[in-house]
Amino acid sequence: MSTLVLDGVSRWYGNVVAANDVTMTVGPGITGLLGPNGAGKSTLIAMMGGFLAPSAGTVTLDGTAVWRHPDIYRAIGLVPETEAMYDMVTGWQFVVANARLHGLPDPAAAARRALETVEMMDAKDREIATYSKGMKQRVKMATALVHDPSVLLLDEPFNGMDPRQRLHLMDLLRRLGQEGRTVLFSSHILEEVEEIAGTIEVLVAGRHAASGDFRRIRRLMTERPHQYTIASSDDRRLAAAIVADGAADTVDLSGGSLAVRAPDVGRFVHALPRLARDNGVRLLEVSPADESLESVFAYLVAR
Amino acid sequence: MNAVVMQLTLRGLLGRRRALLLLVLPALLLVLAGIVRWASGADVFATVGLTENFAFGTLLPLMCLLIGTGVIGSEIDDGSIVYLLAKPLPRRTIILSKLAVAWGAAFVFAVLPLVAAVEIAGDDGGRLGLAYGVAATLAALTYTSLFVALSVVTRNAVIIGLLYALLWETVLGGYVPGIRNVSVRQWALATAESILGDYAYVWGVLSAVGQTAALGLLAATTVGAVVLAVRRLETLRLTATD
Repeated sequence: MSTLVLDGVSRWYGNVVAANDVTMTVGPGITGLLGPNGAGKSTLIAMMGGFLAPSAGTVTLDGTAVWRHPDIYRAIGLVPETEAMYDMVTGWQFVVANARLHGLPDPAAAARRALETVEMMDAKDREIATYSKGMKQRVKMATALVHDPSVLLLDEPFNGMDPRQRLHLMDLLRRLGQEGRTVLFSSHILEEVEEIAGTIEVLVAGRHAASGDFRRIRRLMTERPHQYTIASSDDRRLAAAIVADGAADTVDLSGGSLAVRAPDVGRFVHALPRLARDNGVRLLEVSPADESLESVFAYLVAR
Repeated sequence: MNAVVMQLTLRGLLGRRRALLLLVLPALLLVLAGIVRWASGADVFATVGLTENFAFGTLLPLMCLLIGTGVIGSEIDDGSIVYLLAKPLPRRTIILSKLAVAWGAAFVFAVLPLVAAVEIAGDDGGRLGLAYGVAATLAALTYTSLFVALSVVTRNAVIIGLLYALLWETVLGGYVPGIRNVSVRQWALATAESILGDYAYVWGVLSAVGQTAALGLLAATTVGAVVLAVRRLETLRLTATD
């Protein structure tokens, strides 16, 4: 059981702040690091993995600073985002080499166990250059797991995976989390994160914007004012009904269609069909105006 | 040193396409040596000309640059160095293992062909081959260490290395005598000069630097480069895509 503690961690590159005073504790189980592209997720993972010095603050693993302490890699397994591996060796040779670099007593057995875990035993004797993206990802996992680490850091592990590979990796991470390992992965897709992560840390523009289990994050994200654009057989009549009902606090007819801002999305989506039916208005189109993840994140930051 | 790091490094060095250059360039040298022998009738002065101008002055630093950047630069460029760094290995071990491979490769692909070329082009009882062989070995040690350090320090190691080896040592060194005091080639040639003794003056194998100072400078540069490489690897920043 291992715990990674980030205490007031900042990182800047010249004038650009990539991580801004982040404090979080990552314990056993699965933690999802969620944030839009460019939020500083990779920077944060690099600092957690001891590959980047924090400009301010400290990152410690069970009390030991990770920066410039290669010994922490006995406890940490790292799945980098970079594609490149040692293409000219086979998957088997590469994982065995990783086991030997860790100084494991029985590298072959460790490599076999790791490759079995990621289900890559069949293709193990092919050169890495011939692997598909998904297979490379699994070999990367195997190299990270070969020394049975208590902490696993994964940078955007689901990127470029097909749905079947995604499910397979989710199963694997779930299993690792249940074994009591500290698993942290980054992603910019909420659904991916809430599927498997017990804890979610939201990072936006380098700031730690929210933290908690997926219900809390989901609620934070859904309990914000939602904007909808509606096309109907009688916009004016529908607008009046919505205002009278109180399901929305702003109604705007000026744009040629009906724009609505609803503070409570749950209430609004239930009220809208009822109001339309009661008033004899046909709904032609209802579309959310700001469902992009970026706007959700922007809301969390401004909160 | 670590055997696994050395194996991976060797496969990385020889497995990439640029490994072909490691064979083509020495082959070119041997062919040239053959032509020189045929044209000059195994004249020692012609051999000295070929070695000073091409083998020692151009090919040796070029090969060391290829090897020095090949053992670590490509891994840093594509990010695969992370697999070595994410291990409980002292950074010193990683650098020394890679240097050992680089030194070995430089000896096999650069120093031995150079000696062979001297013998093909025409030698005087192996005198020249021995002197140039020892000098080239020393130069190769320093060049590869320098270029390995350069690869860790900057992503433009190849360009900077080329500028140093060709522009600084050859062109500028040719016009501005003072520059020859700060030149790995001249430092190494001092040893060739003292091995050859009186023949050095006859054949014109002369260095701008005295023997003792030259050896000291070679050693200091090599050690300095190794220390710098280890230091910089400890704090190497991998490009974050974020």
